[in-house]
Amino acid sequence: MSDDLKKLIIDYVKHEYLEDEAEEEIDENTPLISSGIVDSFSMVSLKTFLEKKFEIKIPDEKATTETFDTVNNIINLLKEFNIA
Amino acid sequence: MAYSNKAKEFYVDALKGIKDAGTFKEERFIESPQAANITVEYPVGADTKKVLNFCANNYLGLSSHPDIIKAAHEGLDLRGYGMSSVRFICGTQDIHDELERKLTQFLGTEDTILFASCMDANAGVFDVVLDKEDAMISDRLVHASIVDGMRLCKAQLFNYKHMNMDHLEEKLKETQDCRFRMIITDGVFSMDGDIAPLDRIVELAEKYDAMVMVDDSHATGFIGKTGRGTHEYCGVVGKIDIITTTLGKALGGASGGCVSGRKEIVDLCRQRARPYLFSNTVPPVIIAAANKVIDLISKTTDRRDKLENNTEYFRKKMTDAGFDIREGIHPIVPIMLYNAKLAQDMAHDLYEEGIYVIGFSFPVVPKGQARIRVQISAGHDKEHLDKAIAAFIKIGEKYRILGKKKKEIIEMYGY
Repeated sequence: MSDDLKKLIIDYVKHEYLEDEAEEEIDENTPLISSGIVDSFSMVSLKTFLEKKFEIKIPDEKATTETFDTVNNIINLLKEFNIA
Repeated sequence: MAYSNKAKEFYVDALKGIKDAGTFKEERFIESPQAANITVEYPVGADTKKVLNFCANNYLGLSSHPDIIKAAHEGLDLRGYGMSSVRFICGTQDIHDELERKLTQFLGTEDTILFASCMDANAGVFDVVLDKEDAMISDRLVHASIVDGMRLCKAQLFNYKHMNMDHLEEKLKETQDCRFRMIITDGVFSMDGDIAPLDRIVELAEKYDAMVMVDDSHATGFIGKTGRGTHEYCGVVGKIDIITTTLGKALGGASGGCVSGRKEIVDLCRQRARPYLFSNTVPPVIIAAANKVIDLISKTTDRRDKLENNTEYFRKKMTDAGFDIREGIHPIVPIMLYNAKLAQDMAHDLYEEGIYVIGFSFPVVPKGQARIRVQISAGHDKEHLDKAIAAFIKIGEKYRILGKKKKEIIEMYGY
């Protein structure tokens, strides 16, 4: 489950945030926000994607730039919702 | 004392953090009118230096144009200095109405409302026309003032990859259930000089029943054959529902902005836009001068034509010299350097050569995309451009970057 989840989020991040010609590789530990791949303004689409996909509501206080900075951090957040 | 040591230390640390990150902004004192030639005191306390200005938004060279200064003087004499009021109490003069009508005609829209700035226009407009059952779909690189405006609005926020029409279409499909959708973009993006493909955006908007909002601050007055803006350049005059723009760049460069577009939207802004309702009116002196600016650029395209020629000349000479420049036609010319320190060092050396330009790096531009942003003006003469090109070549040789592309520059200097 966790590997599937990891792939799902990585695929989404690549499609949503990387330019088509981008050569960057992303894994579960790649910093997304602190590295500038995802800016804090664009982070909202990732949050909306997770909320729709898993039918959850991530409260604003949990949707921090730290929580969303790596795929691993996001998976840890999803664990709180008994996903992953 | 209410201003405790705890608070003071917190702010001192915050300032130190900005300095440590290398993003601390310093002001440079200019001791002359805004123009191609300026006198600058930098750093503070240093002897003044005469330099050529290549970083102003003075695209048409009207900031200190004698006709504009004369019109400003007349405005001051005939309508006074301040109005001491917001627009709807006792802050609207005949010349405010005149300027709104002139802007409407110039932009080819239905109506216009002035704001204290385009920042205010962008901060106010979304909240007036959209609510929580609606969607804002914005380009990811829109100006900070649009980001703030969207944050103040309850509508759901979506964004698409910079100028990527396939991604925009995905978002339009994703938001089919919303009541109203609005596609939101800059006409020209300020860090790259990229021009939004408004023709394709309008096509998608018509296909998916969405409105279109464009901030044309870096286009009004000079983009398009007669300088009306990005919508003229892309052949979609009359099809943009909301245009916001500024008087603070090409149109004389003082201050003030506007929302121009569908009549009902402008009417609603007059009733509900908070920055309009609660900001002082734009002062008569600026309004009188802005009226003159619109007269001047409606009568002749000489200045925008000179700007176009200057831009073409500068871009060609710099490309021939081997600089890595983002392609385009806009007077914003980004000289790509990728490494933040290299951009800062080169800008510093160019200042020593008498060329005033600024290096931009993260977070103003994406990481690894540091550059010097050159801005060309109709106020520049060929000798100014040649001096700047010669200085760039001298400094480019010093840092051994001429003829080098992205990969090689990064190999030499890192990200």
